[in-house]
Amino acid sequence: MKCDFCDKPAVVHEVTVKNGVKKEIHLCEAHAQEAGVAMPTHQPINQLLTQFVMSHSAKAGAAAKRKCASCGITFGQFRQSGTLGCPDCYEAFEKQLAPLIERAQNGATHHRGKSPRRAGSSIDRPHLIRQLTKELDQAVAAEQYERAAKLRDRLRSLDTELSASAGGDPGVHQGKGKANSP
Amino acid sequence: MEFASQGPWLSNDGPESDVVMSCRVRLARNVAGFPFVVRASDAQRRELVQLARQVVLESNLSKEMIWVDLAEATARDRQLLVERHLISRHLAEADIPRAVAVSNDETLSIMINEEDHLRMQLIAPGLRLDDLVQRIDAVDEALEAKVDYAFSPRWGYLTACPTNLGTGIRLSVMMHLPALKLSNEIERVRRAAKDLHLAVRGYYGEGSESAGDFYQISNQVTLGRSEQEILQEFLERILPQIIEYEHQARRMLVERNATLLDDRVHRSLAVLRNARLLGAEEAMKLLSRVRLGVHLRRVDGVDIDLINRLLLQIQPAHLQLHVGADLAADRLREVRATVVRKALA
Repeated sequence: MKCDFCDKPAVVHEVTVKNGVKKEIHLCEAHAQEAGVAMPTHQPINQLLTQFVMSHSAKAGAAAKRKCASCGITFGQFRQSGTLGCPDCYEAFEKQLAPLIERAQNGATHHRGKSPRRAGSSIDRPHLIRQLTKELDQAVAAEQYERAAKLRDRLRSLDTELSASAGGDPGVHQGKGKANSP
Repeated sequence: MEFASQGPWLSNDGPESDVVMSCRVRLARNVAGFPFVVRASDAQRRELVQLARQVVLESNLSKEMIWVDLAEATARDRQLLVERHLISRHLAEADIPRAVAVSNDETLSIMINEEDHLRMQLIAPGLRLDDLVQRIDAVDEALEAKVDYAFSPRWGYLTACPTNLGTGIRLSVMMHLPALKLSNEIERVRRAAKDLHLAVRGYYGEGSESAGDFYQISNQVTLGRSEQEILQEFLERILPQIIEYEHQARRMLVERNATLLDDRVHRSLAVLRNARLLGAEEAMKLLSRVRLGVHLRRVDGVDIDLINRLLLQIQPAHLQLHVGADLAADRLREVRATVVRKALA
């Protein structure tokens, strides 16, 4: 069979049925490539596999060598032991960790529980507010209104805390008046 | 080391106590500016112990806190703390600077240099998780007022192992499921628990066997849900199901297999009352069956609190404390049998 566009033999045959109408396309190697159609390749399968494995293991190898600047452990060491070296590892390996955490935590990708409330703590509140605002926008866009309401509440309480701590003693606990009774 | 005669979580007055022996909540926290325990130097670990000691003792968490430097404590004392569920086996056996603070009523313990810098836990008899979650939150806030925790807006409280990330909260209940075990339905619970992302462990937590039909069930997911959401799911969706499974299995035993049930219960009691040598595992199994019998009113004159207490007193370090000496395995079995025989006479 010849190519639909030239006289060369067709190597790609595509059959599609749309609205009950059958459509056949036959393309030569050059025209198939041009059309972006998946090509049967002349490469032997083992060569293909080797390339595939190499490209992945090269990537995995590079990831495994990635190092946390604070404590010096590599991602490979974490994969072996299951424990990270320091809190900064979460940032250093964020890209590699995110899918692992998602799997281990039943699909969760973000914290939703309590956060430290201490004024003057090391928590970067402006950063937290920016982050939460971004999440709020995303939640609204995705029509996750329940989640959006919770994020809005957290932002409001952060605002209150910020303005409260601005006038208060930075070393003093600025709890939100949450019941601490035994 | 001195303790009141029994762990306070062993009393039988908690809600659902026929199935739920005790419940526990723990929070994992790390101090900002330090590597995690496994990566820290011994000097840093010592610094963390010192810091924690100061913070814990200043925080007025309980009328009285007992501070135990575990690197200095004897092996028997460390084992005693494990048997009372106040420290983990991991912490008892680690060979690094480490400590534990225990409230004098033994409900609160704060482990220092376990897998995370701080692991605080509260334990209570029966099912009172909502109360414990509220109380541990107050403990957390008291400590947090004096120390900066490692925290990220995206990941929450940062923990050495990502499986504790986020809230760092672990809710556990110690369940007594002898009827499900007798009717071979315990696997159903295990499967259901797995589907619900729960861990089912043995009597001493991670890596331990389910001695005497006691199973510790705890949440696995710590990220993406608030503490309250995790608690509500556990309390409303998960626990009532398992408790109902066990109750059903108990009813079935009474209705269809009363003779088998009575045989198991009375045979167990007879062995406990007459044996001259008793292994720990055997004793747990027999006590478990008698406990079932008492709850189903198949035996008279056996006090449930006594059975609960014996479950603790037959453990190796408690027996050694009782006789005031370290004992070889053979002698331990003999002493165990004597203690049980006298208690049940």
